Amino acid sequence: MAYLELNNVNKTYGKGANATEVLSNINLHIEEGEFVAIVGFSGSGKTTLVNLINGLLQPTSGEVLFKGNPIVDTSHERGVIFQNYSLLPWLTVYQNISVAVKETFPKESKQFRDERVKEYIEMVSLTPAINKRPKELSGGMRQRVSIARALAMDPEMIIMDEPLGALDALTRGNLQDEILNIWNKDKRTALLITNDVDEGIYMADRIIPLRPGPNATLGPEFKINIERPRDKTSLNDDPEFKKTRNGIIEYLMEIGEERSTSTDETEYVLPDLEPKYFD
Amino acid sequence: MSDKLIKIVRFIGLGFLEPIIRLSRGEETKKNLTEILKKIVAPLASTLLFILLWQSGATALYNTEAEYRIEKAFKDQGQKAADEMTACIESGEVNCQPNTLPSPSQVKASFNSLLKDHKTISADKKAFKEKTADLNKKRIAEGKDPIVYTGRPSFVDQIITSIKTVFAGFLLAIFIAVPIGVVIGLSETLRSSINWLIQIFKPVSPVVWLLLVFMIVKTLTKDSDADSSFIISFISVGLCSMWATLVNTVMGVSTVDKDILNVAKVLKLGPFQKVFKVILPSSLPLIFTGLRITLSVAWMVLIAIELLAQSPGLGSFVWEEFQNGANDSNSKIIVAMFVIGIIGFLLDRIMLTIQKFVSFNKNEGA
Repeated sequence: MAYLELNNVNKTYGKGANATEVLSNINLHIEEGEFVAIVGFSGSGKTTLVNLINGLLQPTSGEVLFKGNPIVDTSHERGVIFQNYSLLPWLTVYQNISVAVKETFPKESKQFRDERVKEYIEMVSLTPAINKRPKELSGGMRQRVSIARALAMDPEMIIMDEPLGALDALTRGNLQDEILNIWNKDKRTALLITNDVDEGIYMADRIIPLRPGPNATLGPEFKINIERPRDKTSLNDDPEFKKTRNGIIEYLMEIGEERSTSTDETEYVLPDLEPKYFD
Repeated sequence: MSDKLIKIVRFIGLGFLEPIIRLSRGEETKKNLTEILKKIVAPLASTLLFILLWQSGATALYNTEAEYRIEKAFKDQGQKAADEMTACIESGEVNCQPNTLPSPSQVKASFNSLLKDHKTISADKKAFKEKTADLNKKRIAEGKDPIVYTGRPSFVDQIITSIKTVFAGFLLAIFIAVPIGVVIGLSETLRSSINWLIQIFKPVSPVVWLLLVFMIVKTLTKDSDADSSFIISFISVGLCSMWATLVNTVMGVSTVDKDILNVAKVLKLGPFQKVFKVILPSSLPLIFTGLRITLSVAWMVLIAIELLAQSPGLGSFVWEEFQNGANDSNSKIIVAMFVIGIIGFLLDRIMLTIQKFVSFNKNEGA
């Protein structure tokens, strides 16, 4: 029995004739302590998949098991880092994290909670901005707050839904390293959803492409046998990296082509017109 | 330091002072001079123009009215009476003055006389209080009601009464509309079942609300001989004005950002926590927009309601002056009009400042 299991999961939105099957026949097994990345085109149902795992959505059919038990609701055991940060704009950095800590450790002393909040703010190096509101922070800083909030709840598994998608390349690289460092410390199980193949290879143990929806389903997995800690600069010359990267990209391109050929069935005949000149 | 000053000035809505401050520090002289021209000189000029228009309009109306009087005297009683009337009007005697739109200077004079009147009355009141202080102590010790001043209220007293009424009504509106709005906003079933009621009651005129409240309060206060006009007027004000807040609260609560709701779910906040930590703060900007509309509506309907409910305040002041028909009544009504307008404007400014304080941009969390 795997740590997280998705068996023949289908998710349909709408009913009757309007039903669209977003995910179909998803099978995914994640072991404890593993770092798995799922890559896919935008609009392929990645967020739906994440919401099934964190408990915001229920599958139409099939089962989602966490440690052997079906997921019926959200849980503190699974921390979520949202794509758009989803901080509460009227609260400061400290308060945003404090809300989460208070919910997770309701019985602990005030001092314990205060220390925990500060510890996690320190971890994402935001102590100077502790009393700032989200609007005063840059995108990267906001995402750090979001990461600190998810981790401060001490989850057994971290689910990241395109956490770095909206950031510029430099901030992105820094945050990738930060997330990896944090993950390295206690090797929590991690699931990363991304649209960036390089990011997936750099961070994960396994990469699984998601074939685009509707009827999205998981493709064959790619194991990444590159020693950790990985070095971003030398990674580009690593034959293993090149092989995996090409494999995944080829696979995704193939699906992309399949998709474009399958949808472009009708040929549009343009009317035979010529400009007319008036003298 | 001056930047702080500018921030404060902006915050309390006196942003037009900003170029003066900047100019006094010698910043960008040309730009700030045009700013002063735009923000201070232009409004002053338009005010002046308004007063000029008013003055000329009032003069024209005065002349029409005077001519009519002279003509009427001529038709009814002949040339001699007409001459007498002309002389009387020119001499400025009180009982033959044309009764029409007063000029700005007349209004100013009435304003001064109202202030003077207030001073006399408050001095009178003070003297009365001192005189009856010992007696009242005795009466209270004997278990009797103290003697209170029952003289005529001054104009300023009326203003204070009006403001009290409007705030009582406003508080009532908050206490009814916000909790109900939150409850309705949270449940879609409730929303669809109550929506039609709200839509029907929202456009009902203040007068009808007053009558409705009158029917109920009259029956409920049958046994007591306390003055129920204040109760009637503030409840009516509250009922008339609460709809904006109600609708906005429902709207704010029912349209909380889905991402924020997801956060609440992932953090596993309980229902109580969810409402007070997530839903209410996130709908505060909309609720305050509603409250701002409510306060201005409350102030607007207050005058009409006081007028009808015979409850003391600016509304009844206006009505009494109109009924009174003394030669300075018209200008007193205009004074009341300006006072109503200015107080309404100030109330709106206060609400705007508070609103700025609690507002945040919806996308700031993202």
